[in-house]
Amino acid sequence: MSEFRARVEGERAYLLRYAALQLRDTAAAEDAVQETLLAALAGEAGFAGRSNLRTWLTGILKHKIVDAIRRMSRESPLPAEEELDALFDATGHWIEAPRAWPDPDASLTQKQFFAVLEDCLAKLPAKTSQAFMMREHMGFETTDICKELAVTPTHCWVLLHRARLALRLCLEMNWFGNK
Amino acid sequence: MMLTCKEASRLVSQGLDRKLGFGQRVALRVHLAICDGCTNFRNQVAFLRRAVKQLDSKNS
Repeated sequence: MSEFRARVEGERAYLLRYAALQLRDTAAAEDAVQETLLAALAGEAGFAGRSNLRTWLTGILKHKIVDAIRRMSRESPLPAEEELDALFDATGHWIEAPRAWPDPDASLTQKQFFAVLEDCLAKLPAKTSQAFMMREHMGFETTDICKELAVTPTHCWVLLHRARLALRLCLEMNWFGNK
Repeated sequence: MMLTCKEASRLVSQGLDRKLGFGQRVALRVHLAICDGCTNFRNQVAFLRRAVKQLDSKNS
C-alpha cells in the first residue's frame, strides 16, 4: 500500500462519523465515504501541496453527502408535518420560556460540549437534521436546500425552525441546565 | 401588529434563512424589546450557528 493510500485509509473512521451524523443512515454514509476514498485515490494529484488531508477529504465528502441526500429525497416521502405546539400554550406564549445561557461561547472550547451537541443532532428526525446541517454547517442557501430535499420553501423554514427549537431545548436540558 | 412568542420565534428563525419584510422586522423588534424568552431564543440560535460551524474541527 502506498503511503498516500495508507493515510487516506486512516481517515476512514473519521469520515464515517462525519457522514453518519449528517445522513443518519449507516449504509448511505458508508457508500458516501467509499466514493470519497475512491475519488481521493484517483485524484491524488489534486491533493498535492495542500496541508491538511482531512480537510481535503471532508471537502470531497460534502459533495458526496449532498448527492446522497438528493437520492434519498427522491426515494422517501416527507414525514407528516408535526406541530411545534407542545412548546407554546393556546395563546402562543412559551410554556417554558428559554432562559439565558451564561457565557455560551466558553463551551466552544470544550470537547464534551460538541459530544452533547452531536447527541442532540442525532435525536432530530432525519430530514430535519439534514436540512439543518446543510444550512448551518455547510452554509447552503435555503433555496438550494429546498431543491435538494425536494420540499417547498415554507416547509424548509419549518424544518429549520423545528431543528433550532429542538436543539436549544436539548442543549438546555443536557448541557446549559446542568452547569 | 402584536406578535405572539410562537410567531416571534418563527420570525427569529426565518431571519437567519431569508431577509424578512420591513413590517416583520419592525414587529419582531417591538416584541423582542419586551420579551426575555424570545430574546434568549434569538441569542441561542445565533450561538447554535457558531457551534455547528465548528463541529468537525472540534470533534475529531
